[in-house]
Amino acid sequence: MPKRAILALAVTTVALVLLLSFKTPDDGVPIRGGGTVAADAGATPGATARPRATVRPGAAAVPGATPTPAATSGTGGDTGAATTVDGPVVDTRYGPVQVEISIAAGRIEDIVALQLPTGRRSGQISHVAEPILHQEALAAQNASIDIVSGATYTSDAYAQSLQAALDQAGLR
Amino acid sequence: MISTPEHPMRRVESVMGTTVSLDLREPLVEPGILDDVFDHLHDIDARFSTYRPDSEVSRLIRGELSEEEASLDVRYVLAVCDHLAMVTGGAFDARRHRPDGRLDPSGFVKGWAVEEAAWLIDGAGGRNYWINAGGDIVARGEAEPGRPWRVGIRHPDQADKVTAVLAVSDRAVATSGTYERGEHITDPRSGVTPAGLRSVTLVGHGLAFTDAYATAVFAMGLDGLGWLATDPATAEYAAYAITDDGRGVWTDGMERYLVREG
Repeated sequence: MPKRAILALAVTTVALVLLLSFKTPDDGVPIRGGGTVAADAGATPGATARPRATVRPGAAAVPGATPTPAATSGTGGDTGAATTVDGPVVDTRYGPVQVEISIAAGRIEDIVALQLPTGRRSGQISHVAEPILHQEALAAQNASIDIVSGATYTSDAYAQSLQAALDQAGLR
Repeated sequence: MISTPEHPMRRVESVMGTTVSLDLREPLVEPGILDDVFDHLHDIDARFSTYRPDSEVSRLIRGELSEEEASLDVRYVLAVCDHLAMVTGGAFDARRHRPDGRLDPSGFVKGWAVEEAAWLIDGAGGRNYWINAGGDIVARGEAEPGRPWRVGIRHPDQADKVTAVLAVSDRAVATSGTYERGEHITDPRSGVTPAGLRSVTLVGHGLAFTDAYATAVFAMGLDGLGWLATDPATAEYAAYAITDDGRGVWTDGMERYLVREG
């Protein structure tokens, strides 16, 4: 079953290839869906300011602000129109970075860079998988794990971790 | 040290406020080298811990020591932390991440200490091993000839389960998240725990930077993935994140590490 879960994860992965093109003129950055963003930190795409929002299913999203993501194939049941939510503008040493998250049927469909300063390398932003929290968690023994990475900040947390179990098995 | 044919050299020890485990496969090294590894971690902890009143960093925080007077190691760490603050636009900031505004380079020190400890093994001829310090990992070589190390990413809700598997060789892996100590990471710029991500796991080359960048991406939330995927400084890093709404999201660079079969 864990194997199937992984396979399902792979098969249903939304292969969103977000190749970002960088003409990067000094006065703005190309945005997906047309238009440019002025490359100063306070600017938001378009004439109207959009609220900052966290990304949760059912969160108040800004509907219809940009076209429906071009790539929605492979997700089967998602027929509803996508809504988009803009992340906060993050200032980096090269300038502001901002992403836009497209949500359809309460799920993240796409992550698009709205603002990228000049001098950035082009790259694919994201692959978005099926929901994983409600899936059957992978059984470590079936997946032949050697090591576990996690935010295990304390020795108490370690004691309850899979890594501790693996260490015990290794020391036995 | 416990030796079995399958796992010739393994150790587990509490240090730096967490638990550090180590697994060395052949070629083995003199057992004393592993003593040196943990001695090094204890030494760094004694000098850099913010929990030890007598550490150099604690004296720095209390103003009993100026940065100019500090040891070369401490000045090096602070300089690199300042560099990281610049690169990450303040999302990783050792001088501002604590609510009380006190200096805290711990987010860099642990990875740096483990990385240096790993060099001791390299220098002694060890080629195939991992060190895991509270979920932050240096993994060198292979588990066995032809098989990379398999690193599970912890499931955010279940401490004894993993949610994805990475195959890595000669890489560092670090995870930041909120499923334990919910307020552990705050965005230094806003002072709030970020929305958007439950955890983020980075794969990179050195653990010190990989760990610091994981902290930064987590502090940025979803935007951090866009930053990591496009900043020239992070070209060799890949990220796998679990969002608040329970989805796996990863950068293009992570594709090569993700294990798809069970």
